[in-house]
Amino acid sequence: MADTRTNVYGDVPTAPEQHTDYSERNAGIPIVYGLYDDEVKLIEAVRAARAQHLDIHDVFTPFPVHGLDPVLGLQESRLHIGGFFYGACGTLLAFGFMTWVFTRDWPIIFGGKPYFSAPAFIPITFELTVLFSAIGMVLSFYLINGLGPGAAEENIDDRITDDMFCLAFSANGISAADRDQYAEFFRLTGAAETSAKIL
Amino acid sequence: MSAPISALREPLILGHKTYHDITEDICAPTETTPNLAWMTAFVLSVALLGLYGFCVVVVVWFGIGTWDLNRTIGWGWDITNFVWWVGIGHAGTLISAILLLFRQKWRTGVNRAAEAMTIFAVVCAGQFPLIHMGRQWLAFFIFPYPNTRGPLWVNFNSPLLWDVFAISTYLTVSLLFWYLGLVPDFATVRDRSKGLRRKIYNILCFGWTGAAKHWQRWESMALVLAGLSTPLVLSVHTIVSFDFATSVIPGWHTTIFPPYFVAGAIFSGFAMVLTLMLIARKVLNLEQYITIAHIESMNKVILLTGSIVGVAYLTELFVAWYSGYVYEQFAFYNRALGPYYWSYLGMMACNVISPQFFWSKNLRRNITFTFFMSIFINIGMWFERFVIIGTTLARDYLPSSWSYYVPTWIEIGIFVGTIGLFFTLFLLFTRVAPVIAIAEIKSILKTAGDQYTGPNATKVPRNAITEPQLDTTELGQVGFPAQ
Repeated sequence: MADTRTNVYGDVPTAPEQHTDYSERNAGIPIVYGLYDDEVKLIEAVRAARAQHLDIHDVFTPFPVHGLDPVLGLQESRLHIGGFFYGACGTLLAFGFMTWVFTRDWPIIFGGKPYFSAPAFIPITFELTVLFSAIGMVLSFYLINGLGPGAAEENIDDRITDDMFCLAFSANGISAADRDQYAEFFRLTGAAETSAKIL
Repeated sequence: MSAPISALREPLILGHKTYHDITEDICAPTETTPNLAWMTAFVLSVALLGLYGFCVVVVVWFGIGTWDLNRTIGWGWDITNFVWWVGIGHAGTLISAILLLFRQKWRTGVNRAAEAMTIFAVVCAGQFPLIHMGRQWLAFFIFPYPNTRGPLWVNFNSPLLWDVFAISTYLTVSLLFWYLGLVPDFATVRDRSKGLRRKIYNILCFGWTGAAKHWQRWESMALVLAGLSTPLVLSVHTIVSFDFATSVIPGWHTTIFPPYFVAGAIFSGFAMVLTLMLIARKVLNLEQYITIAHIESMNKVILLTGSIVGVAYLTELFVAWYSGYVYEQFAFYNRALGPYYWSYLGMMACNVISPQFFWSKNLRRNITFTFFMSIFINIGMWFERFVIIGTTLARDYLPSSWSYYVPTWIEIGIFVGTIGLFFTLFLLFTRVAPVIAIAEIKSILKTAGDQYTGPNATKVPRNAITEPQLDTTELGQVGFPAQ
């Protein structure tokens, strides 16, 4: 094809899924990375890298960049599905427990109402649904991300939480010539800085 | 985000800020020695906190008899203050959750501080039912745990227990939501610091890296938490209103209470956010992030909720008259013209009349006026709760048990003391955490910064870029290793 732009930017369905294996992080994997000073440049670079089937280690940004996920080929988060099930546990626990207490364990008549007075159970059932869902999701979030008090500091560059956008390639077993080509890629995509590091 | 950007929208970040400027400006208060204003405020707040501690010790030692409650008036300043603080604690979650769902960008300027305020207000609110229990060391009785008394369970049909669940859930979820937002910002503070400070902030930020997948999950979480918090925030004050509405006291037993309480809570919450933010933006030099546009937006919410509250007051009066029920009619006659007429007058003046000034755009954008209004509204909303509780209980069904109630110095001390508690926590917060959500404000820079939108715009907003920008003819020639 004459028009290289189509090759570079076409939403290539054959591009491999990017699997960022976070468990590998601690093993000390070498990376080469470029720092971009603008999120638009970063998205363009990621798009170009994906089109060339480069092994993207990860992308780091100071804030959630909208439009990056599809370019990077990230699947939608499934946390909210977990949230539903956590919430359902809360619903069943609260409603079931109150029913058990007031019909089986210790039935008491309050104001002439039936033992099983479902409408009165609604507020607590609702609160526990929200509580379980929120706590479950937040804990899952920190757990699957490997974040928590005491987590090791693994940031690549201090400016990534300030104003720099980082695109990092896995550099496992690449030659010096390959490294030059990555440097060339970063230069052409407008990176402000390029460097290498072992994570 | 592909929403069109209207040229009519006012910019929300002034001063042609870059991402780095935002980091610098917002992190600055956590990195400098506090100024005299902060020190003075902190000393004063801690002094009030000391008063609080002293009064609580007196109550625990001598009992609730140190208060002026009596057989007729079983709820006084304690529950008034509880409802007042819980109400104030509604604005934060409204801003962070409901306005997130409505995609209101101005929330990013005030959400962090408003959420912090929410948490501190709920902490203050929680003190009152706890102290009111009398035997505070048995407070754990309110939770349904397997005990050796049967087990004898708590009454799940009681609105007071619903309150326990609602407030504790609200505090927990607000705290989780708030901290989720703080994690990336603590990482920003960490990356600017060295030594021990860096270690501490790395613990606080949970080792945040800013990876794309983490951000994606972070946004997904924020959205779902917002979806959960929206009905939660509405449920909390609804349940607080059930404390009254499910009783058989005329003036309390009304179906209008839940929406009226929720509107009142948002009304007072926004007033407190304004009180705090108008000071904070000045003291912490954040005027370019909390702009007149933010203040105007909040004043619009105050106008709306204040009007809802006003309509609710008038509806109550009308329904009492229309019901033909003499006890109900007396309850409202008594509120307006009874022994506590002055509190009714204060409530009407502050809550019904004063917010109507905000129909004027000039007044909505006037900082001094807004500040005084926010104080008035907080006073008015306190009076509202006192009118509902004190006035109603002072005149019950049986004239022989009619009574009058004035707080003792202990009760006043506890209330003033919680204000000390609130400000102590808030002042500490401004020193250790970024007062504005750094990551979130950066994400709106290219659509709401004054270099991109408004009369001084010099650049094209980011949303306008739809086509690839990069010329990559050369890129095709870079031969990468085969994967």
